[in-house]
Amino acid sequence: MAETRSGRTRQGRYSALALLRHGVTGNAWSPAWRSHELKTRYQVIIIGGGIHGLATAYYLARNHGITDVVVLDKGYLGGGGSGRNTAILRANYLTPEGVRFYDRSLELYGKLAEDLNFNVMFSRRGHLTLAHSDASLRTMRWRAEVNKVCGVDSDVIGPEDVKQIVPDMDTTEAARYPILGALYHPPGGTVRHDAVVWGYARAADSLGVHLQQDTEVTGIDVSAGRVTGVRTTRGDIAAPIVINATAGWATLVADMAGVRLPVQTFPLQAAVTEPVKPFLRTVVVSGTLHVYVSQTARGELVFGASVDPFASYSTRGSLEFTEGLAGHVLQLMPSLAKLRLLRQWAGLCDMTPDFAPIMGPTNVDGFLVDVGWGTYGFKAGPVAGEAMAECVATGRTPQIISSFGLDRFAQGCLVGEKGAAAVGH
Amino acid sequence: MILLPCPWCGPRDSEEFGYVGEIGARPDPRTATQQQWRDYLYLRRNVAGWASERWYHRMGCRRYLVIERDSTTNEIRQSRPETPRSKP
Repeated sequence: MAETRSGRTRQGRYSALALLRHGVTGNAWSPAWRSHELKTRYQVIIIGGGIHGLATAYYLARNHGITDVVVLDKGYLGGGGSGRNTAILRANYLTPEGVRFYDRSLELYGKLAEDLNFNVMFSRRGHLTLAHSDASLRTMRWRAEVNKVCGVDSDVIGPEDVKQIVPDMDTTEAARYPILGALYHPPGGTVRHDAVVWGYARAADSLGVHLQQDTEVTGIDVSAGRVTGVRTTRGDIAAPIVINATAGWATLVADMAGVRLPVQTFPLQAAVTEPVKPFLRTVVVSGTLHVYVSQTARGELVFGASVDPFASYSTRGSLEFTEGLAGHVLQLMPSLAKLRLLRQWAGLCDMTPDFAPIMGPTNVDGFLVDVGWGTYGFKAGPVAGEAMAECVATGRTPQIISSFGLDRFAQGCLVGEKGAAAVGH
Repeated sequence: MILLPCPWCGPRDSEEFGYVGEIGARPDPRTATQQQWRDYLYLRRNVAGWASERWYHRMGCRRYLVIERDSTTNEIRQSRPETPRSKP
């Protein structure tokens, strides 16, 4: 623990006073995390330096005192799904398993800035999921009732209320897909995704976790049904526990250990506009129009869509997406017609058959997965890290993720979250 | 825009097609065990690279076809008509 304390002291706490001191003296800030030699042996290897891998490392160290942990990333920290999502948080899912799980994540997000001593800019601005058909309104009612039973604040509201919350929304009946109502979820909101990654990385580092970037895993060693270590582009590492916390490459990494996953990888495209004055208070989602919109603190509008129509590992943007997105956004808010797009990008989504994640042990002893995060991985980062850390430390699968095991597909016990996860973010 | 070479209609915009998915061997439902059947239903190879996959020309000839595509670049090598015994 001496290393922990010295690490924290050396790094210093972020505070208004520290900001003032650095401003006055002009002293450079020390790096948020350190670099270490790659050891040949660790107690736990985590593959994937995104929010899931880093959160798992942090909670292993903080909640369970396991600090002999390394996080490996083939690129840079937060360069995959963690830096490409649209940073929307919510807990208004459809199944009780899902609602409880994501609600715990929201709870952790709520105190994350204080917990990590890093401003993650969580803005609890509310979340609107629009219904344009009787069928989707029925699903909203269903979701609202499940949410209420689980103690999550969600309600179905009418078009007048929608207009009050978002005055720029076209709520007339002349719209091609008139708005019949919406699921309103006040605790939802947005967060700054890079800050969450950096905050977890800094906090994990100060507790003694090693973060190794530019370190690609090329193989996983399994002997007599037990994982023994991994091979990387920088040398071999031995460990009794290996966690696959990758997104986009989850099947390829699992294949190295001989574990097959019910996962298909699809790109999901997003785009951002030039900044304008704040006018959009909440997150707005339309499943029918395949779009979700929020405004960042800088004033840009962030747009996301549903996944591309075919499986691919390519992150190239497509014109079809931009055209479709622009048309759909203008149907919701015609006043945005003159806004220009600044850029578009794609991230990889590991889709599962039931739109729920795959977490916990596999048939290879010591090889755990935290994968299949589809289009909902970022909002689950904190709770997934907490649960995976508990899973490693106690050797038992925590109750909160017991429905998300890999064995559910062989047993036919799917979770069925598509109604709340397919486009709604 | 990605052009898919339909064996019947020639090169057409991928938006006209429906993506069905990777081609896997279907076990005989009369003899398959529950495990084999669920593996067939859910497990995917999810290849990064060249793979054969099934597409449906829904806004064209409405026939099924098999396309060889590199999933990392979306480059397309060839297509052929779907036959009842298309194998991987």
